[in-house]
Amino acid sequence: MSYIKKPKILRDNAKRNELGMTYTDYEGSMSTLCAGCGHDAITGAIIETVFDLNIPPHRMIKLSGIGCSSKTPAYFANQSHGFNAVHGRMPSVATGAQSANSQMYYIGVSGDGDTLSIGIGQFAHAIRRNLNMLYIIENNGVYGLTKGQFSASADIGSTAKKGAPNLQTPIDPCQMAISLGATFVARSFSGDREQLVPLLKSGLMHRGFALIDVISPCVTFNDHEGSTKSYIHTREHINEAVYTDYIHPLSEIKVDYPEGSTLEVDLHNGGKVILSKAHKNYSPVNRSDAIRSVRESDDRGEILTGLLYIDESQADFIENENTIETPLNELSYQNLCPGSEKLAKLQQRYK
Amino acid sequence: MQPTNTKDPQYYHKVVDCQWGCPAHTDVPGYIRLIAQGKYTESYMLNRESNVFPGILGRVCDRPCEPVCRRVRVEDEPVAICRLKRVADDLKGDYKHLLPPVPETKNGKKIACIGAGCASLTVANDLLPLGYEIDLFESLPETGGLIRSNIPKFRLPPRVIDEEFDVIVERGVNLHLNHPIESMKNLLEEDYNAIFVGTGAPKGRELDLPGRYESDQVFVGIAWLESVAFEHIDSVGERVVIIGGGNTAMDCCRSSLRLGGKDVKVVYRGSRDRMKSSDWELEPALDEDIDLILNHSPEEYVVENGKLVGMRFAKLKWDQDDNGKLTSEKIDEIVIPCDTVILAIGQENTFPWVERDIGMEFDQWEVPVVDPVTYESTVKGVFFGGDAAFGPKNIIEAVEHGHQAAISIHKYCNTEPLTDRLDYGMNLMSAKMGLHEWSYSNDYDYDKRFEVPTVPMDSRFKDINIEVELGFEPGQFRREVERCLNCDIQTDFVANLCIECDACIDVCPVDCLMITDNADEDVLRSKIKTPAENPEQALFVSEDLPHTGRVMLKDEDVCIHCGLCAERCPTAAWDMKKFELLIPYAMDEDKQTNAMQAEAV
Ligand SMILES: Cc1cc2nc3c(=O)[nH]c(=O)nc-3n(C[C@H](O)[C@H](O)[C@H](O)COP(=O)(O)OP(=O)(O)OC[C@H]3O[C@@H](n4cnc5c(N)ncnc54)[C@H](O)[C@@H]3O)c2cc1C
Ligand SMILES: Cc1ncc(C[n+]2csc(CCOP(=O)(O)OP(=O)(O)O)c2C)c(N)n1
Ligand code: SF4
Ligand code: SF4
Ligand code: SF4
Ligand SMILES: [Mg+2]
Repeated sequence: MSYIKKPKILRDNAKRNELGMTYTDYEGSMSTLCAGCGHDAITGAIIETVFDLNIPPHRMIKLSGIGCSSKTPAYFANQSHGFNAVHGRMPSVATGAQSANSQMYYIGVSGDGDTLSIGIGQFAHAIRRNLNMLYIIENNGVYGLTKGQFSASADIGSTAKKGAPNLQTPIDPCQMAISLGATFVARSFSGDREQLVPLLKSGLMHRGFALIDVISPCVTFNDHEGSTKSYIHTREHINEAVYTDYIHPLSEIKVDYPEGSTLEVDLHNGGKVILSKAHKNYSPVNRSDAIRSVRESDDRGEILTGLLYIDESQADFIENENTIETPLNELSYQNLCPGSEKLAKLQQRYK
Repeated sequence: MQPTNTKDPQYYHKVVDCQWGCPAHTDVPGYIRLIAQGKYTESYMLNRESNVFPGILGRVCDRPCEPVCRRVRVEDEPVAICRLKRVADDLKGDYKHLLPPVPETKNGKKIACIGAGCASLTVANDLLPLGYEIDLFESLPETGGLIRSNIPKFRLPPRVIDEEFDVIVERGVNLHLNHPIESMKNLLEEDYNAIFVGTGAPKGRELDLPGRYESDQVFVGIAWLESVAFEHIDSVGERVVIIGGGNTAMDCCRSSLRLGGKDVKVVYRGSRDRMKSSDWELEPALDEDIDLILNHSPEEYVVENGKLVGMRFAKLKWDQDDNGKLTSEKIDEIVIPCDTVILAIGQENTFPWVERDIGMEFDQWEVPVVDPVTYESTVKGVFFGGDAAFGPKNIIEAVEHGHQAAISIHKYCNTEPLTDRLDYGMNLMSAKMGLHEWSYSNDYDYDKRFEVPTVPMDSRFKDINIEVELGFEPGQFRREVERCLNCDIQTDFVANLCIECDACIDVCPVDCLMITDNADEDVLRSKIKTPAENPEQALFVSEDLPHTGRVMLKDEDVCIHCGLCAERCPTAAWDMKKFELLIPYAMDEDKQTNAMQAEAV
């Protein structure tokens, strides 16, 4: 953390998006995380994402649980809505909010502890519901906020700061999500913003549950030699399976991709992703393929990154539940409250 | 791009825009910080080291530092650098004991300095501690040069000049007032080891139009100001026309108002943006209700019966021809009635006392050819400085010429090559005091520039000796100092410590950092979050970063030196370091002093 507040200085040539807003307009309060925390870099990537997507702040909801990672929604988009839920319970708050208003952009920020330990049940069911949200796991292999205990994503043999190795098998959120039927699963690294930002954009524009597992080193408790979630270990073991480019609905494709090497997927909420394979055999639209590739690279000790799996054809929570698309706060009182007669009739059925 | 060499003192020097812009390279942020700490004497001394006359300059410096101040690129107005210098002067304590001692035993070398202006006095200031004997010749009855004879007393009170000139003279200069040097040839025959010419550019330009010599009410500005300064003139006519658009015109018109002028007009041939006067000289004149008439070119002094009654002007319309050259067309003609005309259209160098057969080369304007580095003329051992060297400039330039000439004189007297001069050096020291604590005030202050209080209009014209500016009040300068962006506290980067976490990039309030693959400068400049579009400001490029081989970039343009990058950096790859430019003076060039210092250590 820093003691002085970041001064507000507007430069003449500061970039502005289509809403006339600057990066600064999408910032939040000063981070209180440790200097160099990967989570802060992800915050920076989120700001870049929503700036580029021209998202009006009042149309966005930030949700989180408990943890250093879950504190970060305070550090971006301070003009947006937010809900800091109980440890591991962010998915149910998201479900409730989405039932009331499906016309917002939902960004959930969680940690490996918040998601894979106390919140694993809620996480699994949010995937099954295909909640229309971007769900980011800021994955550092430890409980940062409570001083660095191993989390459920710690690799076997990875050591704690004082040298004790982790002995329990790790949970890989990506493999778990693909097998549970998630419709958008990606992995990235806080230190690779060029890869992360297009993934965040695509995830936010995807209809349904978009999971991005972002390796995000904890500089204080898990950035030492022997850790498999350190900056240097991650950089050395990263293996990008699929390059992802997000194309804004109104802009043209600038890069020339060689014929047949790419796959384009139109995103339901706007724009499209262009996927180009780094590995010949990788297919980001084939679920078994994706699981196998992730599994195999895991066995080799590699971290497979990129948009690992996408299926834009599935119905989301709102469609499946057949709930109304109009936000409840826009309905008239008559429509919201059918009256005592109708209530009595309804209650009659349960007698 | 090649990695930036921050070991070269000039790289960080350039980041300190004011210091870089100051001809004498005054450590501006350093002295501002000392004022903030209440160390006024230290602040004065830090100034004096490079600019020699802080009290004078704190009131009338041309302040080339202010237009280039970083603050202008962040908001509208520069830090009041010049007027803060005056604060150090106003509040300083005794400082004479802090000056380098002048040895009792002289070194046996004698130097003649001609003209007791700021250039000569700087030479004396630098050479006295080395044991030189200095003979100073001045044609006027007082020291000060144009500073005393031309800068009006309502801008610069004589006591300030007395103090700063006397300090040097009293250190042992042999001063010969009322002693014009009339022959360079004769002087060369005397036993001086070297001669310094600091005689200024003493001649005001004439305007030879019909009627010029038919009345006695037409004056040449700088001669007129001198007569006013020495009280040979104490009145003007009620209606005064000043011709010209520079700072001399401003001094003439404001002086006229104090000598009985009621209707005072400044008439200039071009448009306002072509006027040479500084904003801070023009604005007070306009505040004092001077009439400014633009695009009028003088044609005739209208004289009736030996009495000046007006001045005829052509009204001009300016256009640009196809080559972009300005052309004028006369569209009308008017006579402005007046009782006095003062010409303020420029100054010239003249050297009637320098014989042309002594082997000194003169250029086409009859000005001696002077080397821009050594300040030596084509006669060995004769040096020029101040306005005498390259035509009329200003005080701070003259001071810098004096420093450089002193180095040359010292080398000349020791038969060392004049061009074999010391380079700039630097000290760089971490400003870190604790986890989030710095040895400077790093928070950004949103205050706008404070205005220096002045004597009210109704009482300022009674007497030409009333100084108009009163100087900052404590409540003002204590806040004005906080506007300084501490450009001397450098962001210093060590590539092999960086783990590429991006924290610095995200926290930077002006978005001036980036990590990216190395490329050509244009590409790199465009990669910064807010692109680096000011080519005059440097782009820092680091060595290759250890994790990915990319490079760290920093656009120096609008960094506000807040230190947040260093606070957020987990590995101290960025650190804030206090930069001190080591400027060589004659004393530093002295082999003996250096040897003695080395021994003492
Ligand atoms: C009206 C006016 C206003 C100005 N205002 C400012 C201002 O606000 N700020 C600023 O920075 N600059 C100002 N200047 C410019 C500044 O005064 C000069 O640039 C500066 O004084 C030059 O210093 P110098 O030592 O080279 O020469 P000078 O100050 O000109 O000193 C030369 C001295 O040499 C003497 N001398 C000349 N010939 C001989 C000789 N043969 N023998 C003996 N003595 C001789 C002269 O009498 C004089 O005293 C102003 C100039 C004018 C004309
Ligand atoms: C119900 C409940 N149980 C336990 C805790 C203690 N607790 C706070 S944060 C945390 C783990 C956070 O880990 P993670 O989600 O990985 O976040 P990080 O700090 O690593 O970003 C725990 C166990 C709590 N706040 N609430
Ligand atoms: S901000 Fe301060 S240090 Fe920087 S240029 Fe201005 S006065 Fe000089
Ligand atoms: S000191 Fe660092 S954070 Fe502050 S403006 Fe300069 S580069 Fe940016
Ligand atoms: S904060 Fe430090 S370690 Fe992180 S990228 Fe910046 S310089 Fe490198
Ligand atoms: Mg964690």
